[in-house]
This record gives sequence, C-alpha cells and structure tokens, in this order.
Amino acid sequence: MSDTPLLSARDLQVRFGGVLAVNKVSFDVGRGEVFTIIGPNGAGKTTVFNLISRIYTPTAGTIDFEGHRLSEVPPHRVAELGIARTFQNIELFEYATVLQNMLIGHHVHRKTGFWSELLFTAAARRAECEAREEAEKVIEFLGLQHHRDSLVAGLPYGVRKVVELARALCTRPKLLLLDEPSSGLNVEETDDMAFWIQDIKHDLGITVLMVEHDMTLVSRVSDRVLAMAQGEPLAIGTPREVQSDPRVIEAYLGAVEDMSFLRRTEPFKRTRA
Amino acid sequence: MRFLFKTSYADDVALTKHGGQKFWYGLLMVALVLAPWALPEYWLAQLAFVLIYAIVGLGLMLLAGFTGQVSIGHAAFLGVGAYTQAYLTNHGWPFPLALAAAMALSAGTGVVVGVPALRVKGIYLGIATLAFGFIVEEVFARWESVTGGNAGLHVKAPDIFGWKLDDDASFYYLCLVLCVLVTVGVLNLLRSPTGRAFVAIRDSEISAQSMGINLAYYKGLSFAISAALAGVAGALYAHKLRFLSPDQFSLVQSVDLLLLVVVGGLGFVHGAFLGAIFLITMPQLIAIGKDWLPESIGQAAGLQAVVYGIVLVAFVLFEPMGLYGRWLKVRTWFQLFPFYRKGMFKRQKAFAKSDRLK
Repeated sequence: MSDTPLLSARDLQVRFGGVLAVNKVSFDVGRGEVFTIIGPNGAGKTTVFNLISRIYTPTAGTIDFEGHRLSEVPPHRVAELGIARTFQNIELFEYATVLQNMLIGHHVHRKTGFWSELLFTAAARRAECEAREEAEKVIEFLGLQHHRDSLVAGLPYGVRKVVELARALCTRPKLLLLDEPSSGLNVEETDDMAFWIQDIKHDLGITVLMVEHDMTLVSRVSDRVLAMAQGEPLAIGTPREVQSDPRVIEAYLGAVEDMSFLRRTEPFKRTRA
Repeated sequence: MRFLFKTSYADDVALTKHGGQKFWYGLLMVALVLAPWALPEYWLAQLAFVLIYAIVGLGLMLLAGFTGQVSIGHAAFLGVGAYTQAYLTNHGWPFPLALAAAMALSAGTGVVVGVPALRVKGIYLGIATLAFGFIVEEVFARWESVTGGNAGLHVKAPDIFGWKLDDDASFYYLCLVLCVLVTVGVLNLLRSPTGRAFVAIRDSEISAQSMGINLAYYKGLSFAISAALAGVAGALYAHKLRFLSPDQFSLVQSVDLLLLVVVGGLGFVHGAFLGAIFLITMPQLIAIGKDWLPESIGQAAGLQAVVYGIVLVAFVLFEPMGLYGRWLKVRTWFQLFPFYRKGMFKRQKAFAKSDRLK
C-alpha cells in the first residue's frame, strides 16, 4: 500500500427528502487493497457505491479519486478515470452475447470515430480485432469460454454474475466496485468468487471496493472492513477487529456477545457434528 | 446442422458468417440487379417501394429496435426529407446535393426531437414524438409558399448532373444502390462500438452509463441517424410519387412504419426488409381477398386499417419476434430435426432490474 490513497471519501452525506441515507462517512481506499463495506440492510452501503459511480451526487462531503474531485466529473466519464462496477441486481445487456457485453465494457478504450465505423475502415477492423483479443484474455481469466457467444438472456444467474465481473474487468479499471458479488451464488460459486477477487488483487493489481454480506467471504479476502449502520460509520479496521467491535455486534444483533453464528456454517461439518 | 469454426478475430468481425450466406446474398443481389428485365412495370414499381420503405425501416429499426427509443412520429422525418428534396429539385438542384440537404435537414430535426428522449422514456417519449408528428404535418399544410399546402406539390424527376432518371428502371437502380449503401452502413455501425453503445442503452441505461457511454450523445446520434435515413427514403419517395401532399405524412404513415418494424421483427436488420415487403404486399393481398368476402365486409371503408390492426395485435400476442423471429424458429427446427423443443426461444424471465437512474 502506498502513502496516497487511491480513493478518499470525506464526510459524505446524502439526504433524500427527510431521510439521511448516508451521514458523516469518511474512508480511504489504498492502492492494491480489498476494502469491504458491511452493514445490515438499509445501512447505506449501496448508496455509497452510487455516490462513487456518480449515480447520486452527495449533498455534502467530497470523494477524490487520483486527484479528481468525483462530484465534478460527469457520470459517463467515471469509467474513463478507471472506476468500474457491478450491480446488486445484475445489470447486463440481456439481448446481447457475452462477448458483446464485454466489448461494451471495452467502450472507454475505443479508438475509432463515427465515420470510420460507418465505412468500417481498416483501422476500425483492426480496433475490433484488438478489442476481441483483450476480451479473450478476460474470458480465459474467468473461464467463460463456454459461454462466449451465448445470449445473456439464456444464462443462469451464477454465470451472469461472472459475466458482469468480466464486463467490469474489460474497462481495465484501477478501482473495481463489487456490489454483493456473492449474493444468489451457491457455496462453490462463492468459493470461485473469492479466488477471483484474490487473483484480481494479486495478479491484475486492481484495487477492490466491495459491499458484501457473507462474512466468510469478507474475512477471507478483505484487508480492511468498514461497518455501517443506518447511514453512519460504526467501525473501520481488519475483518477481525470489526467483527469483534461491540457496536457492530449491537447493530446486527442487539446486545449479544457473539456473532459467530451469523457466518455461513459449512453444511458438511454440521452433519458430522 | 452447421458448425462455425472461427479461426481468427477477422472471422468474428466479418459481415457474412459462412460461405452459404455469401452465396445466398450474392444470388439475391443478382436477382435484384436483373429484376427490371424479369418483372412487369407494376411489380418493379412495387419493388422500388419496398426498397424505399426498407431504408426508412432500417432507420426506425436502429432507433426502436436497437436503441430502444420509440418514435410514433417517424413520418415527420420522412416528410421533411421529401419536401426538402422536392423544393430543392424544383429549384434546379442536382439530385446528390438535394439528397444531402434532405438528409442533413432530417438529421437536424431528429436531434431536436431527440432532446426530450434524454428526459422521458417509453410511452412518454412516444407521446412526445407523436405530438411532434402532428406539428410537422400542420407545418406542411400551412407553409404554402414552400410546400404548396393542401393543394400539393409536384416533383420533377431526379437529375444527377444532367443525367435524368425519368424511367422506371433507372429510378429502381437508384433506389437499389442507395438501399445497399444504407444497409452496409447500418451493419457496419452495428458491428462497431457505436452500435454496441446503442444496444447497451436499450438493455440497461444505468449500466451503459457506468461503462462510460454518454447517454445524451448516443441517444442524439441514434435519433440523427434514424431521421437521416428517413430523409433519404423521403427524398426517393418524393421522386417516386412525383406529387406530395401533407396527408401522406400523417399519423397513419407513422403507424405504418411502426407496424413495419414490429411485424418484421424488432432488433433484427432483416426485420426491416421483411416488414417493408409485408407493408407493400399487404394492400394487394387485401384487394385480392376483398372479392372472396361478402360485399358488406369486402367493400366496407377502412377494411385495410382493420386488417392492419388485427395483424399487429396478432404479432404482438403470438410472435413478438416478428417475421424474422418466425423464420429463425423454422430454420432452427430444420437444423435440429428432430430435436427441436418447444421452449427453445422462450426468454428466461428477466431478473429484477434496478431502476435507480432518476
């Protein structure tokens, strides 16, 4: 981790009418780390994501990304700066193939203009081949070869999750925002997701900021965790520190000593016991 | 069953996917080039109409089928192109320059209409374009010094720098050349980043924006291209009919165009052509069918509108993928025989979509 953080949020506040969705949230995401935001439903985690990807504008506070003040960047330029995201409910382009979805991810790196595309000049043809070559690397990284040319509308949920990750990687991001990467996945798929997140960090050197509920996954991959409840930050630190913080436990369970049973119990162990 | 083996990325980018396609499209081109010798005058004129409607259909397909922006006022763009062409031709402009002007003016109006598309979606956009269509029709009727008003406007034959195209065959070739150019252009756009940006906007605006696609620019561009193609078709339409009046560009025409893309198959380039063939042959079929019906129904006014309405409803209910979708199913049935399953083209129900963008 270098000294200057990649992303730094200061005193974020969002107000929807009378509801204070996010209040006084500050955090830094360092280069090369996996930073996770946890919290009960309605804690404002996804709202923080939507602030970073400029779907919302904060009512107060600032977000800086590599020297850019994000509130001054138009929403469609965020991807160009190097921030890619996935969505909680999967927002793929349904009536396009997996490869086409990934090529749309490559959009920020387009080199051709309208007229050369209209005439499909040699340059446009070359750019298309290059884009495919790059997408192919991501396909190989995530093992999507089998689904390369299938329509997203016909794919099962678990594969769609991976395709969304693939599409985000095709933008060649510096910061990857993952909104609940394991939601709706079974145990094995969650395992795969954990490996990929680790590979993305170690092999591709991409910083990951994620929102996640599955505490097993969180403690496996995260370097640091921010816990939120009702729009306010509760604790920040390593997964272990945050999990044992009394205020976090209280937010989840009321005042109970141990939150270990919140973790996903492994099914095989339980039957043996 | 055919298996495609792609051995290079160039194969993936190519317009034709295999030799069979090259052969059949080549054969179609040869047939179209030879048509003036083979077809009687009347059917050649109908074929020219099919080509003209295919051009405007491609434009609307790009907008409604690929960018997901519905326009119920597309006849207005057709009209802007037609009247521009008519006015300039009658003032002695050669065909290519007048055509370029018609295209540019239509594209300009397209951008103006595209502005509300940045704010309103779906049915509200439909209403906005509908209102625009009425306004333009009214302008055609009232601006008599330019359009001739309700009395109409005669149009001279196209003149390409002294080469007059006043017979059916040469005008047919003009339509054919323009139609081929437009088709190739549209296909090129669809296989490059611009076309994929359109598809992205159609399927999920919120995630298109997060992928770095400028919604305002691409929606405007889609409207501009769509209107420009309608302008080209309008210019040919003006020369074909030799006479323009405002009622040719009324709501009925707009609905016909919408019928064209829906019946042809929304989201397929082939759909524009199949829809155009449908739209041109349908009145003939109705005329033939009239004699078989009892007189009280067969001779009733508005029979055509009723049939069109029934056909549209039937397509939406039973074949939302249109004629081209039906063809895909038939083809798959033969390719997979005897393994075709009934649910093969059933779309899995879309998962809950987030609707957070405004």
